[in-house]
Amino acid sequence: MSNAHPIPFRAILRHVLLIAGAALMLAPFIWMISTASKPQTEIFSSELHLIPYRFALADNLREAFAKANLLRFLLNGVIVTISIFVLQVMVALPAAYALAKLRFLGREALFALVLFGILIPPQATAIPVFLMLHKAGLLDSYAALVLPFTISVFGIFLMRQFFKTVPDDLVDAARMDGISEFGIVWRVMLPAAIPAVTAFGIFSVVAHWNDYFWPLIVLNSEQLRTPPLAVAHFRNNEAGTSYGPLMAAAMVIIAPLVIAFLFAQRRFIEGITLTGIK
Amino acid sequence: MAQIELSAIRKSFDGTDVLKGIDFRIENGEFISLVGPSGCGKSTLLRIIAGLEPQNSGQVHIDGRPVDAIRPSARNLAMVFQSYALYPHLSTFDNIAVPLRMRRLSAIERLPLLGTLLPSRRAKERHIRADVEGIAEQLDIAPLLRRKPGQLSGGQRQRVAVGRAMVREPLAFLFDEPLSNLDAKLRVHMRAELAELHRRLKATFIYVTHDQAEAMTMSSRIAVMMGGELIQAGTPAEIYDHPNDIRVAEFIGSPKINVLPGRIRKDGGVDVLGTALRLSCNAAAGECRVGVRPERIDVGAGPFSGTVVHLENLGAEAFVHLAIDGAGLRLIARLADVRHLPAMASSVAFGFAADAVRIFDPAGKRIELRAEQAERMREPAHV
Ligand SMILES: Nc1ncnc2c1ncn2[C@@H]1O[C@H](COP(=O)(O)OP(=O)(O)O)[C@@H](O)[C@H]1O
Ligand SMILES: [Mg+2]
Repeated sequence: MSNAHPIPFRAILRHVLLIAGAALMLAPFIWMISTASKPQTEIFSSELHLIPYRFALADNLREAFAKANLLRFLLNGVIVTISIFVLQVMVALPAAYALAKLRFLGREALFALVLFGILIPPQATAIPVFLMLHKAGLLDSYAALVLPFTISVFGIFLMRQFFKTVPDDLVDAARMDGISEFGIVWRVMLPAAIPAVTAFGIFSVVAHWNDYFWPLIVLNSEQLRTPPLAVAHFRNNEAGTSYGPLMAAAMVIIAPLVIAFLFAQRRFIEGITLTGIK
Repeated sequence: MAQIELSAIRKSFDGTDVLKGIDFRIENGEFISLVGPSGCGKSTLLRIIAGLEPQNSGQVHIDGRPVDAIRPSARNLAMVFQSYALYPHLSTFDNIAVPLRMRRLSAIERLPLLGTLLPSRRAKERHIRADVEGIAEQLDIAPLLRRKPGQLSGGQRQRVAVGRAMVREPLAFLFDEPLSNLDAKLRVHMRAELAELHRRLKATFIYVTHDQAEAMTMSSRIAVMMGGELIQAGTPAEIYDHPNDIRVAEFIGSPKINVLPGRIRKDGGVDVLGTALRLSCNAAAGECRVGVRPERIDVGAGPFSGTVVHLENLGAEAFVHLAIDGAGLRLIARLADVRHLPAMASSVAFGFAADAVRIFDPAGKRIELRAEQAERMREPAHV
């Protein structure tokens, strides 16, 4: 076996496997687009065809927007995910800076607690958090959607690991130049950590944009609903679920993420490889 | 310009003593080098002076004022780091402007967007711009002001780091091995530039290095540190000619000083390799170590003989490595005349003048020679 003549069979096998994997990943999306483009009659027909005989995407979209206030839901999604992300960064960066660069008693113990926090699934604390929000009278509000997520132990961990790689001399130079400790976080560490913040932002925004569980628990009012809750509108036990508009709505909901991905593809991949998380 | 006084500075990390009581006084306008092997605590001492590291005990006074409770920036010292520590996201201009902006602008004026709209900020920015451009002119980095540190070479980054230190006109400059990331040629060039900068600014320079050549060539005074202690301070010539400890003698000078085993006789005379030297001391009889610098070894004549095992001809000078006959020892001699080198593996006689000899006790402390002997040593008498 020489390197100059790689066995083509291997290359073929590799690509076949990759294509199969990609197809498996894409299948639900293709199904969604297909269903969103079909009229109700075709959706329920027993034969399997991906390309509809009659394109009904526009009808389904129109119905989706008519049935639910999709624009409002999208706006809610933007408000909630951006607020969560901004607050997470405001908490995680100073905390990560302290854990990475300051020497104080109990630092290692605190960091161990952060790691421990990563292990706790959010569902485990859902009921206590719900009760706390209830006691504080904050249920059914933006605050209920945002506050529980402002402290991201994952974010603290990720940023701390990144800050560890920033040279100590840079921090000392900033101190000599008269920058305060908080100033160092925002003026020195944040610019140095933009790739890590981007990566964290991607995880955070995707997770909270797509979150179905928490908004479902804490919300009542329709005007506060986030995009994933929109699908609940189209599930109707009496009249039967209207799959066409539902899938059209689903398309609208994931569209912002897909568009954002296309714009920031390079950053996205940089971020993922940076964190080593897939 | 500042006079800095250190008294009984101690520092330990995790129970290990890194600085074991440093007393030292740095005069106004001096160029002082702290030199010593890696890990001896030079950087730690510098960081204590800067206020970046708190000492466990002892005081630092700057111009007679205790500064132990004062923040690094308020001590008004500037530091140049080995890694340069430039802000990677800022241009050269902004890097140099940071200390000025931090000092001259109020917190509101420093705000990213709002601050730039304030008229008072604009006036101050004009002054800052003038100051930064003046510094850039002096350091020959004016064409680089728009570039980011990532687009600069090592030597250019170093200048920017010096510029950032100069721009706020500090009381003293602290340098932590600023040249060790440069290639050999640039390092020699930058030595001359830094020495010239010192002459021009007349500020106090404290320069940390593990490279004795840098210390010897630039400073007005050298302080040699070993294992957390400051063992000798003096002018380069004093340190080179009159080391008071064998570790200083071995650290300063390249190639290293030759150390031969010796004996002090009961009458105070000194024997080396079985031959009596024409000098004596007051120390008790016993073992001692005899140091002779390579350039003080006279090859070709003398009571000793050795075999040439290695020759290094540098063009302007040459080093001859000799295996001393019957001693199992080697020494290095420097020859100024490279046209008459002994042949490899040939046997040569060698000796040294009595005043070339420095004697150290087994603990490494310098043994003083007797006064009347020292007098006689002026005439170069071969042993
Ligand atoms: N922050 C620190 N924590 C623990 N040990 C340290 C720290 N800084 C320095 N040391 C130790 O102190 C000793 C002296 O370090 P340093 O002052 O950097 O030496 P030098 O600059 O002379 O090479 C070294 O053994 C080093 O490991
Ligand atoms: Mg050091």
